[in-house]
Amino acid sequence: MAVHAAVHKQNEGMSNGMLGFILFIASEVMFFGGLFAAYFIARADAPSWPPEEMLSPEKIASGVKLELELALPAVATVVLVSSSFVIQWGVIQIRKGNRSGLIWALFITLIMGLTFLSMQMYDYSQLPFRASDTIYGTTFFTLTGFHGAHVAGGAIFIFVCLARSLGGQFSAEHHEAIEACSMYWHFVDVVWIALFTTLYIVG
Amino acid sequence: MASIAIPRHVAYERPAILDWLTTVDHKKLGILYLYVTMFFFAVGGVLALLVRTQLAVADNNFVSNHTYNQIFTMHASAMLFLFIIPVWAGFGNYMVPLQIGANDMAFPRINAMSFWLVPPAGLIMFGGFLVDGGSAAAGWTAYSPLAKTLGTGMDMWIIAVLLIGISSTVGAANFLVTMFRMRAPGMTMFRMPIFCWTMLVTSFLQLLATPVLAAGLVMLFIDRNFGGSFFDPNGGGNVILWQNVFWFYSHPAVYIMILPGMGIVSEILPVFARKPLFGYKAFVFATMGIGGLGFSVWAHHMFTTGAVLKPFFGFMTALIGIPTGVKIFNWLGTLWRGSISFTSPMLFALGFVSMFLIGGINGTFSAAVPVDFAIHDTYFVVAHIHYVLFGGSVFAVFGGLYYWFPKIWGRKLNEKLGVLHFTLMIIGFNLTFFPMHLLGLDGMPRRIATYSSANDWDLLNSIATVGAFLIAVSMIPFIVNCVMTFMKPKDQPNDPWEGNTLEWATASPPPVHNFDELPEIHSERPLFDLRHGAPASHQAPR
Repeated sequence: MAVHAAVHKQNEGMSNGMLGFILFIASEVMFFGGLFAAYFIARADAPSWPPEEMLSPEKIASGVKLELELALPAVATVVLVSSSFVIQWGVIQIRKGNRSGLIWALFITLIMGLTFLSMQMYDYSQLPFRASDTIYGTTFFTLTGFHGAHVAGGAIFIFVCLARSLGGQFSAEHHEAIEACSMYWHFVDVVWIALFTTLYIVG
Repeated sequence: MASIAIPRHVAYERPAILDWLTTVDHKKLGILYLYVTMFFFAVGGVLALLVRTQLAVADNNFVSNHTYNQIFTMHASAMLFLFIIPVWAGFGNYMVPLQIGANDMAFPRINAMSFWLVPPAGLIMFGGFLVDGGSAAAGWTAYSPLAKTLGTGMDMWIIAVLLIGISSTVGAANFLVTMFRMRAPGMTMFRMPIFCWTMLVTSFLQLLATPVLAAGLVMLFIDRNFGGSFFDPNGGGNVILWQNVFWFYSHPAVYIMILPGMGIVSEILPVFARKPLFGYKAFVFATMGIGGLGFSVWAHHMFTTGAVLKPFFGFMTALIGIPTGVKIFNWLGTLWRGSISFTSPMLFALGFVSMFLIGGINGTFSAAVPVDFAIHDTYFVVAHIHYVLFGGSVFAVFGGLYYWFPKIWGRKLNEKLGVLHFTLMIIGFNLTFFPMHLLGLDGMPRRIATYSSANDWDLLNSIATVGAFLIAVSMIPFIVNCVMTFMKPKDQPNDPWEGNTLEWATASPPPVHNFDELPEIHSERPLFDLRHGAPASHQAPR
């Protein structure tokens, strides 16, 4: 067993868990890459965007319209992007050993994440089209839906970290889960920035 | 220092069944992987026999057309997703930590999760036979719009493949962290055994390609169940999109299915030719080359759609022939003037090299765009994939089993039965798949449930069917051999073959903690150095 003690001593720097987590995020990037590819191929194929001409007359008569409201998602974007700064502030605090700072940061980030999700749910309920209304609706709901699921997963991650930090499990030396959690939250945030730019601003 | 001796066998004792169900030991999980995947190999084999029975004669109606579609779809799906891809995870699980001198994988519990996703995936996929409309029947490629028209079995297939995808993505991250960070002192990257290198490149392919397939499967699921339009031109979608996304995974996936087999062969040849592997570094770089190029060739499956840049993909595909050719010369150079002993693992390794070479050559034919237009979706392609996946991967699986059987189970398989197994299998294999080249060139389309006697394809198809049953017969000596060997006592020494790599430095089978002591590692052949002394040029700077 002395051999294995030597192995761990030899490998200073990033821990196994952190390297594994980065690889996991790399695979997530590829997953969203596949979904984005589908969107761009649909865009490239479409004679006009949004492809209103694909809607049947009955659907148009029933009030289906392929258009997005910008105001609420813009507010949600501000909330999500700011929350990334809050959680990073928490990481900086725990690196200094400030546990209460971490707890506050995680709590506020969690609230902001849930606010984002609530806004997205409300926005979904107000949109004048569904996933079954042409490739426009399908790509919109698939991309934002999978992003929303990742925000929800991130919120669970933050909740677990919050519970653990309330239990006093993190310190300046031992807070790897917090580093991983904030990295995941930044990833989710970056995906949203790409989505918001593509679907709302360019789209 | 005072200490209390804890009797470990008492402290850790629990019922064997509970132990196997909850184990996080990489060796036990490796064995579980091997058992489960060999079971699916048998199931896939039975389905293959049904396919060959239906095709044995012209105008046959042994099974209905719809049943035939289900059978060949499930044959391919079981063989690829439930056998070949996870069987490498099995060998890798058992061997990678041993070969790099580690005591386990980096994440043992995640490792257990990766394994336990495989049996439910298999149950869900085959559960399709029990639901209305039957199992998936759109081929393993599941092209839309056909895949959208099928029943619930298709959704079960999607879910099963997603589960396998999660298993292999997570497993890949586990292998990568293990190899990057758990190597024993002295085990530099360029001293890792070749099998580890092939698992490393395979893991990168799995990590980056599988999520893209997951994205495609999710789209197909949404199209089928939530009225999505991803692959539906009526809603502005694109059927070619599925093919792009699917092959973006599935072309790297064919390297996922063959690279670890190349690794196993490269472990076996040096041991039984009594020489080091010729061109170790060239082999490593060739493996990386295949992995890298593997991401730039997917559209060669789609030449006939007319929707892809044919010169680019044709050229890149031809380029893959270069690193693959390098490997053929690595193997030939290893055998050259070697002191070869024709043991069963060696026979399977030699079978791999020769059959894979044929598979490589007929693959190069298919890479040429004009030729591909003639042979696309014919039996020529079926011949090609079986020369690489059966002649390649399956021969490597059996080579690996004969080679590592003493290490894993502490007993050596009978040589005479092993030779009989190999002889029957290689004859049966060539009888089955060689005629398919001729059938393909004569225009017989793949996936058809039967053919007219006017086509004059009866004779070659009958030969192929005889060959398929000969392959099945070749499994009898293998099974008998396994049963007989399991009844013998565990009598194998640490290193029965005089191997080169670290797994032979410990007991057979290894203890739970793998190594009581490790030899010093000065080269990629630490056990050879242990027997004969390390050459001065290989001495590590201390």
